[in-house]
Amino acid sequence: MGAAGYAADPDLALQLVQLRKSFEGTDVLRGVDLEVAPHEVVCLIGRSGSGKSTLLRCINLLEPIDSGRLMFFGLEISAEGVDLDRVRRQIGIVFQAFNLFPHMTVLQNITLGPIRVLGKPRRQAEAEADALLERFGLLDKRLDYPDRISGGQQQRAAIARALAMQPRLMLLDEVTSALDPELVAEVLSVIRSLAAAGMTMVIATHEMNFARDIASRVCFLDQGVMLEQGTPEEIFRHPQDPRTQRFLQSIVEAGRL
Amino acid sequence: MGSPRSRRRLHGRRAVVVSAASTVVFLGALVALFFLAPGSAQVRRTFFNIPDARVALIGDPQHGIFSVGLSFLFNIEMFLIGEVLILVLAMVIAVIRQLQGPVLFPLRLLAIAYADFFRGVPLILVIYAIGFGVPALSLAGVSTQPTVVYGMAALVLSYSAYVSEVYRAGIESVHPSQVAAARSLGLSHWQSMRFVVIPQALRRVVPPLLNDFISLQKDTALVAVLGIIEANRAAGIQSSTDFNYTGYTVAAVLFLVITIPMARFTDYLIARDRRRRQATLGH
Repeated sequence: MGAAGYAADPDLALQLVQLRKSFEGTDVLRGVDLEVAPHEVVCLIGRSGSGKSTLLRCINLLEPIDSGRLMFFGLEISAEGVDLDRVRRQIGIVFQAFNLFPHMTVLQNITLGPIRVLGKPRRQAEAEADALLERFGLLDKRLDYPDRISGGQQQRAAIARALAMQPRLMLLDEVTSALDPELVAEVLSVIRSLAAAGMTMVIATHEMNFARDIASRVCFLDQGVMLEQGTPEEIFRHPQDPRTQRFLQSIVEAGRL
Repeated sequence: MGSPRSRRRLHGRRAVVVSAASTVVFLGALVALFFLAPGSAQVRRTFFNIPDARVALIGDPQHGIFSVGLSFLFNIEMFLIGEVLILVLAMVIAVIRQLQGPVLFPLRLLAIAYADFFRGVPLILVIYAIGFGVPALSLAGVSTQPTVVYGMAALVLSYSAYVSEVYRAGIESVHPSQVAAARSLGLSHWQSMRFVVIPQALRRVVPPLLNDFISLQKDTALVAVLGIIEANRAAGIQSSTDFNYTGYTVAAVLFLVITIPMARFTDYLIARDRRRRQATLGH
């Protein structure tokens, strides 16, 4: 498939065509193709260093791409002259290390974008933030600073911060990897509730059981290439490529699936 | 007596007694050395003369002697006004250095050149250059200012270069993931700086900033070379009238009265910051 001849489709949330990215001579993404339809939940799996995180950071162009095309609801956002600030406000991203702003309360973290970027009145932004905090069981933490609450609470606050922008797409970058095991479930249940509400999501994860439950599609990324994709059933029960099989075998042996 | 806590308290009390005793012995030795020195009486007469200290502090207008105490208020004034101007100018320079994009390269270069130049030239030379050079230019409006304006300008230009580096260190100490989080919300580069990076940077640089301001407070004495009568100069006038250096001692004591509390306050902030960070790490 040639990147140039590929047509942008406004009915697709995301189209990635032959995406390439290298860091100082190391090819991290070596021509990745991916299409995501609205309300789809796509889980990216693969070994550490396979390019999952880089792929997510390229999708909202936090990392500039070397070549390839990137379309968001039919708009080619990798083209010259696109206002990336406008694009990014519609794409929420949640990081492995939360990246909450430590000098702001939970409430200020959540209302910063709506007030400064969307221009919402403070009162409205705070009311909407409170609704999110209530939904995520964090209402009593609204005036706490991030270092005063648990990792699970911080990650839920970070998800609320991204959602407050009312994004059309959410990117989740190994959001439970930095959490103590007993805090993982509360964060995963929040993500399940987003999926149930129809949020379009691309999720990089090591939680295979979670991916199997939640994904509409699972993509196996290996050395910067999308090696295999399919339904959870297809990937986890009948992987085709020997490398996918070996990866899943190592996960099973580690007792993680 | 046998419990660990009472033993620790005993240890604590013993430590206090030991440190107090060693301090007394040490200071006593210094004082003894001072009084036993062959020229001690001479030095005490010229540097620590009580009647002269009185005259220096309150002044003697009839004999053309300025009050070191009143002149010192002028040092404080220069310090306070200079501090505000430095904080603003230094921030402008630090932010310019963080600007992105090839178009703005000349601005960045200018900011770098500024910081390099004024950190590299001794402050006293900057004071001479501006204090005597700018009036000599005979520029309308610029060259006819009161002398103190040139002295202040030199202080502000020189210190802003240092303080801009302090700011820059603070800005660069904020982890890039914070910028990534801000940009991913759709905040512009400038908004990310304004709401996320600079507030965190400022909290971190308060101790080193105070350190620079202790230094600035002392360096206000250097503008005396332009003929401005501040504490240092007032003391000089008295010493050349009375052939006695006690005025300088008075000026030194006045500076210490201001700078020592500032130094203690800086240490307190550093200790508080360290405690906080450890509390967070232990989380």
